[in-house]
Amino acid sequence: MSQIKLHRDTDWSKSIARDRVFDEAICGLTRQEERVLDLGCGSGELLYRLKKEKQVQELGIELDSEYVADCLARGLRVIQSDLEESIIDFDDNAFDLVILNQVMLSVPNPLDLLENGLRVGKRVIITFPNFAHWKIRLQIMLRGQLPVNKDLPYEWYETPNIRLATVDDFMNLCEQKQITLLEKQFISQSSNGKLRPIIFRPNMRSSVALFCLADHHQNIKED
Amino acid sequence: MKQLPGFEPVGRSSLGLVTTSRITFKGDNYILELESGNTLSPVTVAYETYGRLSRNKDNAILVCHALTGDAHAAGYHTGQPGEKPGWWDLLIGPGKPLDTDRYFVICSNFLGGCKGTTGPTEINPATGKPYGLHFPFYTVKDMVKVQKWLVDYLGIEKLLAVIGGSLGGMQVLQWTISYPEMVAGALPIASTARMSPQAIAFNEVARQAIMSDPQWNFGLYEPDCQPASGLALARMIGHITYLSEEAMLRKFSRRFINGKNRGYKFEADFQVESYLHHQGSTFVNRFDANTYLYITRAMDYFDLHADYGSLKKAFSGCQSSFLVISFTSDWLFPPACSQELVKALRAAGKNVSYCNMDSDQGHDSFLLPGNRMGEVVSGFLTRLQNEL
Repeated sequence: MSQIKLHRDTDWSKSIARDRVFDEAICGLTRQEERVLDLGCGSGELLYRLKKEKQVQELGIELDSEYVADCLARGLRVIQSDLEESIIDFDDNAFDLVILNQVMLSVPNPLDLLENGLRVGKRVIITFPNFAHWKIRLQIMLRGQLPVNKDLPYEWYETPNIRLATVDDFMNLCEQKQITLLEKQFISQSSNGKLRPIIFRPNMRSSVALFCLADHHQNIKED
Repeated sequence: MKQLPGFEPVGRSSLGLVTTSRITFKGDNYILELESGNTLSPVTVAYETYGRLSRNKDNAILVCHALTGDAHAAGYHTGQPGEKPGWWDLLIGPGKPLDTDRYFVICSNFLGGCKGTTGPTEINPATGKPYGLHFPFYTVKDMVKVQKWLVDYLGIEKLLAVIGGSLGGMQVLQWTISYPEMVAGALPIASTARMSPQAIAFNEVARQAIMSDPQWNFGLYEPDCQPASGLALARMIGHITYLSEEAMLRKFSRRFINGKNRGYKFEADFQVESYLHHQGSTFVNRFDANTYLYITRAMDYFDLHADYGSLKKAFSGCQSSFLVISFTSDWLFPPACSQELVKALRAAGKNVSYCNMDSDQGHDSFLLPGNRMGEVVSGFLTRLQNEL
């Protein structure tokens, strides 16, 4: 007989493939030897790559002790902590780049997290699943069920995404908050796992989105 | 298990036979000025080393032992069947996390440790008798001072790392503060910046157990006539605090010594009782009662907050990279103690990593297999060496 757990941890391993789709792009947006903070860094796949390829000064924040041990075993700098609590303690502009890879929708207060990210980092990279993708729209309209697919591999009762957002929602927020958009990339992932870059009508056609942002107060000079 | 990129496999083999060395620091250059205001000279230190010091002398790791440890951290002394290896053999040896093929590992018995280093059991040169309670009070800072003499004597200007659990972790922290330029990496494990009142309370009960044993005789017992029941009781109390409720449940459950039946007696009836009795009685053969009083006092007095104004100030001059490790089931120095260290280190702008390891084995987890401490330590040391 199975026991009822009062607190069930998210099984992050389900979305490992999804969480890696922008690694190449994030690597491309990272400069040599930057100070990089990865919030919710998992087992450190991305940080390890950034350290190898871009010699970054890395710091990961991760809550799951098994993932933290993974990171440390491969020689990464990581602090086991709740990322929302942790980010408050960092000084302004303590990092060149803050990464929020598929974590923004899993916190109770995404806007605070975003604003704190922009405070402690000169640039922030955010990735999230786009809930306005046509397949999701169709599935809800025709089947009346929430989607479970490669980009959203969780049933409704176990999903870490406690907030939902679309590409347009997020761009509206950036405009409203006067956040500078330095870069945006969109991908559509087909059911066989193939990735396709999306340029036109990303709100309708992309299944995952990446934004690189900067606080408008800062003068970011691209080199 | 699948091998992820960047992970190193951790091998397991033994150092074989090792020996304890002793060095006596005497003369005008070696008058130990203790925090209590007293002085001590000469000072003998018992220590062991494993592996080879590199030509650049940049691969030395100092291991600090806990309350009842000694210099014998790994390998075997006699090689006879049934002999137990050094207390951290799990971690130290060829191919192990403190890889003696790569690192030069040093472990010394700390000041006042009753295992070969000058302490209450040693002969006072002034009287020709054991110091006993005439031995001056010493602190964690004093222990570290003596370790610094040893490291200097070994010709090492900078340690790759200082590592230790519990009281050993306190020494690690003190090292980074007392000699910041000498410590590249610091690994305080299951440790704390100050003793909690609860931990002091357990120490006090242990001391009272010793001192209320008539054999103790105000510390004037003969070496072969220890206050055995008091010291054993002190150890039993200590052992309860080193385990966890889950670990006890798993190890002993409510099992009786003789099958399923109650014995209707006050002698040990449950397995957990006989375990504690065994721990207590074997301890008497290997540890000194007066020394137990002194060391627990040194722990009680450890308080980096008070010593330096605040924890952030204490760490302000540190130059080390830190790896702080705690264990989820440790209720003697709970994870919150380590998290406080991490917070202060971050506030002071220091380089720190932290892991709260899953373990149900309580405070003693750092001495036991079954958690991921080894691979985490190994990864951190490799990084330190790469950053040199």
